[in-house]
Amino acid sequence: MLKTFPAGGVHPPENKMTANAPIQSLTLPEQVVIPVSQHIGAPATVIVNKGDTVRAGQIIATSKGFVSSNIHSSVSGKVSKIDMITDTTGYKQTAVFIDVSGDEWVDTINRSEEIIRDVDLTPEEITGKCLDAGIVGLGGATFPSHVKLTVPSGKKCEVLIINGVECEPYLTADHRLMLERGEEVLIGVTILMKALRVERAFIGIESNKPDAIAHLAKLASGFRGITIHGLKVKYPQGAEKQLIKALIKREVPSGRLPLDVGTVVHNVGTAFAVYEAVQKNKPLFERVVTVTGKALSSPGNFLVRTGTPVSRLIAAAGGMPENTGKIVAGGPMMGKAINNTEVPVVKGMSGLLLLPVEESGRAGSEPCIRCAKCVSACPLGLEPYLLMTLAELGLYERAETERITDCMECGSCSYTCPATRPLLDYIRLGKGIVIKMARERNLK
Amino acid sequence: MSNLLNVSPSPHVHGKETTRKLMLGVVIALIPALAASIYFFGWGAIIVTITAVLSCVLFEYLIQRFLLKKAITITDGSAVVTGLLLAFNLPSNFPVLLVILGSLVAIGVAKMTFGGLGNNPFNPALVGRVFMLISFPVQMTTWPVPSGFSTGYADAVTGATPLAVIKAGIKGGEQVSALMDQVPSHMQLFYGYMGGSMGEIAAAALLIGFAYMLIRKIITWHIPVSVIGSFLIFTTILWLAAPEKNADPLFHLLTGGILLGAIYMATDYVTSPMNPKAMIIYGCGIGIITVVIRVFGAYPEGVSFAILIMNAFVPLMNTYIKPKRFGEEVKNG
Repeated sequence: MLKTFPAGGVHPPENKMTANAPIQSLTLPEQVVIPVSQHIGAPATVIVNKGDTVRAGQIIATSKGFVSSNIHSSVSGKVSKIDMITDTTGYKQTAVFIDVSGDEWVDTINRSEEIIRDVDLTPEEITGKCLDAGIVGLGGATFPSHVKLTVPSGKKCEVLIINGVECEPYLTADHRLMLERGEEVLIGVTILMKALRVERAFIGIESNKPDAIAHLAKLASGFRGITIHGLKVKYPQGAEKQLIKALIKREVPSGRLPLDVGTVVHNVGTAFAVYEAVQKNKPLFERVVTVTGKALSSPGNFLVRTGTPVSRLIAAAGGMPENTGKIVAGGPMMGKAINNTEVPVVKGMSGLLLLPVEESGRAGSEPCIRCAKCVSACPLGLEPYLLMTLAELGLYERAETERITDCMECGSCSYTCPATRPLLDYIRLGKGIVIKMARERNLK
Repeated sequence: MSNLLNVSPSPHVHGKETTRKLMLGVVIALIPALAASIYFFGWGAIIVTITAVLSCVLFEYLIQRFLLKKAITITDGSAVVTGLLLAFNLPSNFPVLLVILGSLVAIGVAKMTFGGLGNNPFNPALVGRVFMLISFPVQMTTWPVPSGFSTGYADAVTGATPLAVIKAGIKGGEQVSALMDQVPSHMQLFYGYMGGSMGEIAAAALLIGFAYMLIRKIITWHIPVSVIGSFLIFTTILWLAAPEKNADPLFHLLTGGILLGAIYMATDYVTSPMNPKAMIIYGCGIGIITVVIRVFGAYPEGVSFAILIMNAFVPLMNTYIKPKRFGEEVKNG
């Protein structure tokens, strides 16, 4: 029996049609637009001016506070302007526009192909390098990695969990990375283990990627303390709390962190970025993005610099199909629909999904038949039908006692609802208001 | 770019399950039992079923169109299911006009008065049935003997149900072992060779439908298993305590409406609880109340009353019995 989390979850069609498409490097665009907030936490402070010449890997915005991240230029060229843009979330934020010329990297980056295995840095030095290199969680949440590597006193990390689940349908970026850069990923895991002072690391991979499981298992025999664990395919297994439950059978309590149950979770993409940052001095300014959709002529996995407009990715995958009705940054379950194709690629963008018009709308909402399918689907044991009604009626206090803030917005409830009710939409709305209420209460 | 992009929030895919598909699934699950009913009761089964289904759908349409002046939702299939289940709960020689009246009570009173699909506290088909049972007790307890198409709709030979035979016999002081000779064998009961409501007789056919609904994930096991489980445990205790005063548990299971009730009526989405824990309590309540009515009550059969009584507790259970929240026991520990 393969491991999985016990309660809730759904199994959407996998549609992993780019699973066999090797990672291709995307050619550089004429201009990149690099937002200063590509992570959770405070936006970085811009330290370049219009007209400055920059090189790839050079810091252009510095982290502001502990929970923040450095932003680096992904290309060499000239800063043409610093202006507001609409990002993937639909909000406005500051971004640095750089006109590309050539491809010069800062001198400290080791651009050779050679794989460096030996790590002789202290945990503090590793964490420092991650901070300098602007490493954030690449699974999608983009939480600054150096924060997760800093274990507060009194807490202990017993085991490191590496997330190679990639449970979102369509996406294959992590899958390809594990297959093509497996050794680097495992060195990255070793570095993370060293930083956290743990002896063991579990890599969880869903069983729909048997080649990645076999490949990493073979490589892992050459690394101390790393084991590979095949998991039953079930969404949302890539969610931190669900993965911890599946692998070490511990439940992270409501409002607490994985460290409270003795573990830390990092994504395989992050492990690779950590390898590059620590062993090659390379800051995080490019990542693998799956560009996919049933109507695309050549969907694939692309290594792309941050700040590249997504229109370039779509062009590389064969151009925008005639009947495209929705473009999703990320996977279909939790990704965000973007409203134009000039949105830049950011650190947290794992995929770009083009949905045809007929799949981009929604069916109308019908009366709730109280079938309880949303309750069975919720991986957190919440009652989505109830939370939706409470949010709809404005009963926020009751919603809070029903733990609306536990919701991680995985979308399993809306996915499964036979009456196509907008469950998650209302829960998200209610959750936002409840969090605001709680914050105001704490200020008093 | 020629076309505008849709920017709705996630999730961007849907599971393709719809209310109509679920209702259609229930109808498909009821087909074996309907076929058995037609085999045993002939024209009567066909006439009662068609009348009930058509009048349920028609009443829903008329009420939505002329009274509520709302959108017509008869295509969701829920009225068809109500009609089928109402028919399954009636004798096969039940007068057509009374079938129509029962449908009016089921749809008009029990469903639409509360706001239509999703809002009714009590199972509409059972409200219809119990209304008929109280208002027309003679017609509701005149059971045709299985004779296929050999007799017509109006002139069917009638007789008591096995449950009624046993109940009356025990009341008259007879031994159960002697009474067992007056009713069909357990094997005959399993296939449905007995008098009774037209849809409840064929245990085998009902179980085929149950398997289908489980595989199609239309229902979960919780309610049917807890109803049947608690029912069997209670009847076994009574049987072991006084084997000459109580029929054996298998006899109880194969007669009357317990299987129809446990699989198709108690699992009605709208009127059953919303989480597994509550579903099991609800199911056990139905099983136990059924036995209490059958053995100690005035009626030979009590499934309908048991389900309606437990329906009344559902809002309370939904409020106070909660699913296990993720991370709960760690927090308390």
